[in-house]
Amino acid sequence: MFTAAAIALMITMAFAVIRAFVGPTLYDRILAVNMFGTKTVLIIAVLGFLMGRPEFLDIALVYALINFIGVIALLKYFKYGNLAIGPGEAPKSIEKGQDT
Amino acid sequence: MEEAVNIVILALMAVTVIGIVFIRNLMAVVMLSGIYSLLAASVFVVLDAVDVAFTEAAVGAGISTVLFIGTLALTTRIEKKPAHKPYLPFIVVAITGAALIYGSFDMARFGDAEAVTNKHVAPYYLENTKKHTGIPNVVTAVLASYRGYDTLGEVVVIFTAGIGVILLLGSWRRGLTPPAPHKRDEA
Repeated sequence: MFTAAAIALMITMAFAVIRAFVGPTLYDRILAVNMFGTKTVLIIAVLGFLMGRPEFLDIALVYALINFIGVIALLKYFKYGNLAIGPGEAPKSIEKGQDT
Repeated sequence: MEEAVNIVILALMAVTVIGIVFIRNLMAVVMLSGIYSLLAASVFVVLDAVDVAFTEAAVGAGISTVLFIGTLALTTRIEKKPAHKPYLPFIVVAITGAALIYGSFDMARFGDAEAVTNKHVAPYYLENTKKHTGIPNVVTAVLASYRGYDTLGEVVVIFTAGIGVILLLGSWRRGLTPPAPHKRDEA
């Protein structure tokens, strides 16, 4: 059962890498990386049960948090154009509703 | 099973690196290096080096991605074509890689209990860690207790490097607007 899940996850990871390669747009690649991070979380959890170490679930949780930080940085970059903006000081282009 | 997982993950890592070399869109390269770090962390988990996997995921996939994106925000997103042909660097890298693979033939088999490196101080740590420190994980005990000063020095070095990076990228301080790259070029 866990073996089948692991194989299925591996195949999905391969597809995510292919998507990150061929693009074609940047957003496909961001989505590919985000999905790949999720797959890593899942495969660590599955491997934990496969190797008889269910404690790996905790590690999978921390991976999910790390994945979240990366995506937040990316989204901030695409919204504001840089990462050096604190809360409450959005540039005027955003207020007009323009996307960078 | 573990070997099969390792083979698949290492193959994906090789494919990712080839992609990083050939793709000129730097944002895609950042994405792929994030994937590479996640794969490396998975390999470390499979190898049972959970603490290393933690570090790899936090630094490689987390902080590095953020720093790379910050750098791209200050510079540009497309890599220029190299001015010279890549054959000479490729030959140098190929020879170095061949030498490293040749050197790996002399290494002990993976997980070999009879290897010299596993018979020196490792039995002492395995036997006394619980008694001396009370920490169940031997690797953690060696890093944080037996070699505590060494680890403290490492942390100081990393902290200093972090301060340096923050001072270099210091435009996030309140009241200072970040430098716009196109305006800086005119000056």
